[in-house]
Parts: sequence; structure tokens; C-alpha cells
Amino acid sequence: MNPSNAGGAAPAANGKGKLAMYWAASCGGCEIAVLALNEKILDVAAAFDIVFWPVVIDAKVRDVEAMEDGAIDVCLFNGSIRTSEQEHMAHLLRRKSKVLVAFGSCACEGCIPGLANLSNREEVFQTVYHDTPSTENPQGQRPQRETPVPEGTLHLPVFYDSVHTLEQMVPVDYFLPGCPPEAERIWDAVTAILENKLPEPGSVIGADTSVCDECKRKRSEKRIKQFKRTWQVWPDEETCLLEQGILCCGISTRAGCGARCPEVNSPCIGCYGPNNGVRDCGARLMSAVASVIDSNDPEEVDRIIHQGIPDPVGSFYRFSLAASALRRRKLEKRETATEQHPGETDR
Amino acid sequence: MADTQFEPKLVGFLCRWCSYTGADLAGTSRKEYPPNLTPLRVMCSGRVDPTFVLHALAQGADGVLIAGCHPGDCHYKEGNYKAMRRYRMLLELLDTFGIERDRVRLEWISASEGDLFAETVADLTDKVRQLGPLNWSANWEENGERSEALQAIVLEHERAMEVVR
Amino acid sequence: MVSLTIDGKKIDVEHGTTVLQAAEKLGIWIPTLCHHRSLTPYGACRVCLVELQWPRGSSIEASCVYPAADGMSVRTDTDRVVRTRKIMLELLLARCPEVRAIRDLAGHFGITRSRFPQQDSDCFLCGMCVRVCNERMGVGAINFLHRGVEKKVSPPYDAHSPICIACGACQVVCPAHSRSVEFDRLTSHTPRPIPSEFDEGLSQRAAVYIPFAQAVPHKPVIDAEHCIRLQTGACGACQAFCDAGAIDFDQQDTFREIEVGSIVVATGFEVFDGRQIARYGYGRLKNVMSALDFERISHASGPTNGEILTSEGQPPESVAIIHCVGSRDEHYHEYCSRVCCMYSLKFAHLVKEKTGAEVYNCYIDMRTPGKGYEEFYKRLLHEGVQFIRGKVAEVTDVAETEEEEGKLVVVCEDTLLGLTRRLPVDMVILSAALQPGADSDHVARLFSLSCSQGDFFLEKHPKLAPVEAATEGIYLAGACQGPKDIPDSVAQGAAAAACALSLADRGKYVLEPITSEIVPERCSRCKTCITSCPYSAIVFDEQHDISLIIEELCKGCGTCVVTCPSGAARQKGFEDVQIYAELDGILT
Repeated sequence: MNPSNAGGAAPAANGKGKLAMYWAASCGGCEIAVLALNEKILDVAAAFDIVFWPVVIDAKVRDVEAMEDGAIDVCLFNGSIRTSEQEHMAHLLRRKSKVLVAFGSCACEGCIPGLANLSNREEVFQTVYHDTPSTENPQGQRPQRETPVPEGTLHLPVFYDSVHTLEQMVPVDYFLPGCPPEAERIWDAVTAILENKLPEPGSVIGADTSVCDECKRKRSEKRIKQFKRTWQVWPDEETCLLEQGILCCGISTRAGCGARCPEVNSPCIGCYGPNNGVRDCGARLMSAVASVIDSNDPEEVDRIIHQGIPDPVGSFYRFSLAASALRRRKLEKRETATEQHPGETDR
Repeated sequence: MADTQFEPKLVGFLCRWCSYTGADLAGTSRKEYPPNLTPLRVMCSGRVDPTFVLHALAQGADGVLIAGCHPGDCHYKEGNYKAMRRYRMLLELLDTFGIERDRVRLEWISASEGDLFAETVADLTDKVRQLGPLNWSANWEENGERSEALQAIVLEHERAMEVVR
Repeated sequence: MVSLTIDGKKIDVEHGTTVLQAAEKLGIWIPTLCHHRSLTPYGACRVCLVELQWPRGSSIEASCVYPAADGMSVRTDTDRVVRTRKIMLELLLARCPEVRAIRDLAGHFGITRSRFPQQDSDCFLCGMCVRVCNERMGVGAINFLHRGVEKKVSPPYDAHSPICIACGACQVVCPAHSRSVEFDRLTSHTPRPIPSEFDEGLSQRAAVYIPFAQAVPHKPVIDAEHCIRLQTGACGACQAFCDAGAIDFDQQDTFREIEVGSIVVATGFEVFDGRQIARYGYGRLKNVMSALDFERISHASGPTNGEILTSEGQPPESVAIIHCVGSRDEHYHEYCSRVCCMYSLKFAHLVKEKTGAEVYNCYIDMRTPGKGYEEFYKRLLHEGVQFIRGKVAEVTDVAETEEEEGKLVVVCEDTLLGLTRRLPVDMVILSAALQPGADSDHVARLFSLSCSQGDFFLEKHPKLAPVEAATEGIYLAGACQGPKDIPDSVAQGAAAAACALSLADRGKYVLEPITSEIVPERCSRCKTCITSCPYSAIVFDEQHDISLIIEELCKGCGTCVVTCPSGAARQKGFEDVQIYAELDGILT
């Protein structure tokens, strides 16, 4: 192989910082969100040498591996950890980066991919390779960890049973939540990095309050007798959505988005994650919502929950399941490594 | 050595006025009950955050007891009703997470019900013992294959790529 | 005003006052038989005759109807007056020789028998019954029927009156206790007497009454449910009697809200209802009585004036006292009611002392822990009171032997003799349990009290805070906290009062150190917490646009902390991090 001296390997002769961005288990929206900085992206480029960003520049993993430890000044890591390869990259980038930022909801708290923690690897494979209506797989093939080819053996990373957040794998310096993070917040973070005004390591770059703080709706005391699904009502545009019985996650979701969803008459779904000091975003929201149910009769409470919140975990933990206290559904049967990708014949 | 009986680890959130006093009474009345439950005193069952329960289960507890004053008897008027609402909601979550409802119990135990406290702890211990260890953190450990796979990637990279330092 | 002289004493009275009323004011006694202060004067009996002295001679007049006039001079004690009254009394006595009121008055004038031909009437036609029915009750159910010698009091046509309300006022006013105003002659309605609550229904009371002899304040009250005046607008007789003018029928129940800094809960107890144990026959068999029934019967101011009598009016020859009725009994109350052994001993002593009857105490264990109590028990053993250790199976009136005929039979086990015994007695006293008031649940809720076993209110600590309730500023006294006797109740009451005073004397109130607060920078104004506070301690501060907790109102339950969705609320001393640290400590 052609040994190359990638830009990041050498000390920055021009005094510019070195920036890396990586994409693990996520949709890619975070990468696009960076571009939503619009012309400010040029400022980023002016301030940093981009040493590793697979969707933007042609730099290889081996280039990163070749760098000195701590050679990268800032690494924006988006996506959660679902495979051994992603975990490897997390460890690698952690080692190579001075500052590792969990970028976006997936890296911070698992996000939508994290909801897969309600199933396991086998169920995911069964759905993806067999059950979805759009799947055409008459031979019932599944990905194999090892595939012999004339040139040798090809390996696929191990697909984990659970989705993990970045922090569950490696120490993280900063968190930039959001699905995706709003451009303004990204710019805040970049500015903080450039001006060396970063908060204490381990903190979330963002507001201290919740979405309600940015929401213009009128709020009063909350007493809820009935929860309504969004398709059941046309919400009043002035009044707090939760007070109208619509499960709005804004009360327990970190501010930063500008209350975009409530502004268009749609409840907050919680993508910005919990506030500082809240350990379990879903449980916190659940506790708050349960507290304002207007009944002291257990049976009526059950009825109110069943009728209005048919999927409590999906409703309360939409973005935060992987980061929650329990992290995932109980794993009924633990497979051994050899059973990993069963049910398939040679191609 | 014969199999030793599984001894569940239980956490009890007890309200300071009724249930903690009830537990005290069980003690001063020399009631016998299993030593598996460790009480944690809060002012009111309404102070019991569902997160505490989830945290306890995730961090090694096999079962949790939340105990407060009887409905209508709450020292803080209605904290126990809030505990009840949160508990009902919590049960729904536990179902989805695959945790048996019997592991998490809400009980109304008044200051005079030392007997009931002892019975409740005995019953909870018994039920959780039958359910077996929860060992929740094992759920995300990805078995031994995880470190093996990581090691394999490192080796493969070393073999396949020339790394220039 | 008119000015007159009676027996040489001068008095000024209102125009329209009768001579009798004027004399009353001077304290001069004039005998009457048909006069009643609440009724219009009638002048029927003529025993109130006085001598009016005029410039030229004098005249004999009925003082109850004769109006006082200016310059009038009255004598009530002249020979002529006495002589005339005696004649009147002799005439009355001839008509009603058995009427006590007439005989007594006649006796006062030295008359023992009448010289006129005797009749045997019990009504001397004073007309008080007729007047009270007409004037006060507004009913007019009775009147005088016929004329002359046939004149009598009766409803029209000598038939039952359809309009009589069976109020009994005619009987109350009748000085002769005449048969002619008894209910069976007047009405087919069943009269409903008002049972005296204090006498356990063993006697009756009026609609206006002083609750009991030691009542504080010692003032009469009107039972609005039974008062004819309040129910129908008639009567009002009591008002005519009350010189102080204290009776005001327009008074209404009023509810007053009083702001206080501390409260002593001393709501007492109720007595277990013996009817619940049907086999003991209370409420079913005559002469089976509760301890309180007996207490009234043996009391000097009770319905029998302290004479211990059976319902037949005879002193009992033998009495059984059954202990632990409803206490120490897993079907009713498991606890010991503490006071029953001692009052049962007192009853035994009273019965022995007053009647000399044989007394049997059927007990489970004698509980005599108190100063002088054991000594009293010993004394009773010497007095010959019988003690039978064992529970009573039943009380029956079914006789098995001749000896048991007409008696109550107490069937009990005598565990010391190893026998089942049948005790024929005349009277059975049930020493019933003390139990919490029926509304103790409500009271508990009102004051945020906890209840201990058996639903008595729970003290903060059995040894260190036996008077305080769990809620600051609320104290317990007496049997609402648990069965106790009078000395203990008095001691606890004094202690509770002292506690309340010490709180007031401090002049300041120490707040709980564990109150909650909302970190202002983190409050997002969602207002979720506001409804969660049971003390309305969380308010929305419009000026600063955040929710905040009023520390003085916060009691530190911490519910708001669990409610706050954004983690802005925290409870001092019970911070999340502290609880997590505890949890981690427990779990590692």
C-alpha cells in the first residue's frame, strides 16, 4: 500500500487546528446539519485543517491510526455504536483527539436507532432481511461475519445486540444534542472551541432550560384527564399542547431548537434530550406527566394511560432509550458468537 | 458445595412518616423478616422518582419496594397519590422493558403496620427469589464477543494496512 | 308607671301589671293554683285572693287578674284574706281530695279535711291545660265541655282529637296531674318523648334543657329539632319565664373560622355498642345495661336519684358485671381498654354498698396498674364481691331451674374452678370497650393525623413525643390517642396545653430544613410543578417569569422535585445526587 502522509499526521505548520468528523450508526443528518452553517462553513475551514471526515475528504482510517495520539484537536463524532467496527472507531478517535464531541442525538443518547434496543440482533435481522414487505430474499441470505473469497477471507464487524451511546464506550468531552443539532448551536460550539471558551469537560453545549422556555404558547396549571394522539385533535394554537392532552415532550427536553415543533402546532418529540442533571430523560418526562394526571383512582389512572399513551417507552424514550438507566429491553436469550448470523447458506 | 439459595438484593423507598416508622415498629416489635431489603428513607412516597427505581434495577437491585402512607393518610396530603400515578405508569414501562411487575412493588404501610411491613418484605423477597437474579447490566455487555471482535479488527488492520507513524 | 303598696311595701310597676306580679317582685308570696307565668291570668282557683284597701272599706279580689293601680294599697296577710282562702281551699279539697297540690296548700293553711261533701275528681278546672293548648301551642285541641257541674276538660265530642300533636304541654302544666289530659284521652298519636342523652335515654328531657349538671357553660340550650316554637312558631313559654330575656329564637347556628397557631386534638372516644354482641342481650333483655347506663342509675342526679333499681323498680338481689365486652376480643377490638377493670370494681363496690346484693365480676384478667388500684381490688375481695375468672358465653332469660325463673342467667366459664357456671342475677352490667370515635377518619384527615392500631390517633413517638402529632403544632390529649383513664387524660391534656403554649411563647417558627427550591436559571416556566404542591407553596412569579417555592409554606415532601420535568426543582437534604449516592452505596 502506498504510504501517505495525511494532513493530520504532521504537526500543523500553519497553526490551524485539526478537525475530524465521523459518522457511526446514524442517518447522516448531522453531517448535513454542519453544512447548514451555510457560508460560515468557510470560517470553519479557515480555522481548521480537516484531517478526517469520510463524507467530505478522502482520508483513510489508516491515516488516523498513523497519527500521534491526541493529534486531532476536535473530533465531532455523530452516530451511536451498533457494531464492533463503530466501537473500534470510537476508541481510535478518542485516542487521537484532544477533544471528543458527541455530536447529535445518536452519539449523545442513542436517538431513533436506540429504539432498536427494544429488540435484539436476531429480531433486527429477521425484520431487515426477511420480514419487511420490500425485502426480496428468496434464499434467506444474511450477512456473514466471515466470507471466503479467492483472495482470502472477508470480515464483517459484529452486529451488537444493543445500540450504545458514545459515552457508554469512551469518555466524551462535550455533548451537542439535537436531531440534528441546530446550525446556530453548532456555530455556538465552534465559536466556543475557536475562542477557547469551552465549558467544563463533560458538559452539554446548550441551554439550561427546556423547550417550554422558548415556546410561545400560553401555559397555566396542568391537570390532565385524557391524553390525545396527534391525529385525534386539531390543537388550539395558543394553548400549551400538554394542557390540551397532547403528549408534548417539551417540558423535559433541553431548549436549543427554538421550539420549532410546537411553533407549527406539533408536539415536541424530545430530540434535544434531557436537561442537565437529569439522569433518565424518559423517566423524568413520565414522572412529570404522571404527576399531572387528574385522578386518584388507580383504575382510572390505568385507563387514562392505556387510552392515551399506548406506547409509553416509544413516547417517553423516543430519543433517549440507549442512554436511559435500563438502556434496553431484557435480552431473553444470549447468543454465542458462532450463532451470530445464523440461518443462511453459502452464496 | 450445594447450591446456595439466591439472595435477592432489594431496595425499599420508605416514606418517613408511615412506612419507615412501620419498619421501625417491625424492628422494635422484634418481627422476623428477611434481611434482603435495605431501606432508603425519603420524606414522602411522592419523593420517589421513577428514575430512582430504574437506576436501582439497572445498578444491581433485584427488586424495589416503594412504601407510603395509605391513600388519604399521606402526611403531605396527597404525595402518595402521585406516587401511585407514577407507579402505574412505571409498570407500563417495566412491561416493555421485560421486567416482571412482581419485582417492583408499591405498598401502603402505615406507622402501625409493623406486621404488614415484615410480611411485605418477606413476600417481596420470596417472589423475587423465585424470579431469579435480575443482573440487568449483563443485558448490554454484548457477551465476550465484543472484545474478541475489537481485537480482530485491530489485528486485521495491522495485517491489511501498512501503518506509517 | 303606677305606684302601689303591698303589705306596707311600696313598689312602682308598669301599667297593666297585675297585683300578683307586683307582689312577686316584692318577694311576697301569694298562693296560686291556676296561675302560670306563660299563660294569660284566668282567676279560676281563687286562692290568690288579697284584700284591697280603699278609702272607704276594702274588697277581696283575685290578685292574678286584678291590675295594679296608682295609689293602691294591698294586704295579703289579713285575717279576712286567710279566712277566705281557707274557704276556697276547703271547696277545692272537697272536689279533689286526692290532688297533692291542693292538699299541700290546704295543709299549709292548717286544713286536713273539707267540711263539704266529698267528690273524687282529679281536675279542679284551673284551665291551664286549655290555655296552654290554645295560647302557647296554638292547637286548641282541648277545651271545657259542658256547663256547671258537668263541666270538664276534653277534646270536642269526648273523642280523640285529630289535631292534638301529642306535645304533652297540657300534662306539664297540669297542677293536678289529672287523668283528663293523659294522651289516651286526647289523641291516637303516639307521643315521642325526648330521651335524655346524658342519662343514656333512661330519662326524658325537655326541648330546652341544660345538657348535664356539670355542663360548661352551665346554660340551657334549645333542641331545635324538638322545640315547638322553632318547629311551628307556637309556644315560646320559656321566653315568658326568662326574666333575663336570654331566650332568642332567632339565633342561628354560626360557623366561625379561627386562625390559630396550634391545635390540641382531644376528641375522645366512643363506647363500644354492646348490641354488637347479641348473645349478651343488651338492648334485647331488660336489666342488661351498659356501664354508662349503670353509671347514671347509681348517680345521685340520675333518673333514680342514685337508687340502684332494676327496670321493675326493685333493688337487685344479685348483679353480674361482665368485663372486656368488645375489648381483648379478636372479633371486635384486640386491645385492652385499660379503664374497665377499675370502673367495674367501683360498680361492684357501689352495688355492695347501696344494696348489699351479691356481685359477680366475670373477668379475663384483673388489670389494676395504678396508684391505689390494686389495694382497691384487695378491699373488694374482702367486701365479699365474687370474682369469676372466665369469659361469659351468654346472658339469657331462659330459666333451666326454678331458681332461675324470672332472672337473667349469666352463663360463663370459671377457669379457676374448671366449671361452666350459670349465675341467676337481677341485673347485668356490660363493661364495654373504649373505641375511637366513628368520625375519627374524618378528624385524622382534617389534621393530617396518622392512626395507630385500632384507629386511635398516633403520637409522634411513643416515648419521646407522646403528646405531639406528626404534624407540627398539633397535639393529642386524652382517649383519642388511646384508651386511658381520667388522671392520665388530665396529665396528657396539661402536657398538650403546655406544648401549645411553648410554641406560642417562642414567638417564632422554625422552618423545616428540608424544603424544596426551584433553581431560577433552570426554570422553564412550564408550570407543571404548580398543581403538584399540596400546600400551594409553588406560585408563578409573573414579575420574574418563573415558578418559585414559598419556603414558609413548603413542608418538604419533595413531590415537586419528582414532578419538575426539567430538573430545576431540588429538595434540600434529599437532593437527587444524595439519593443516588445512597442507592449506589446500597447496591455495591
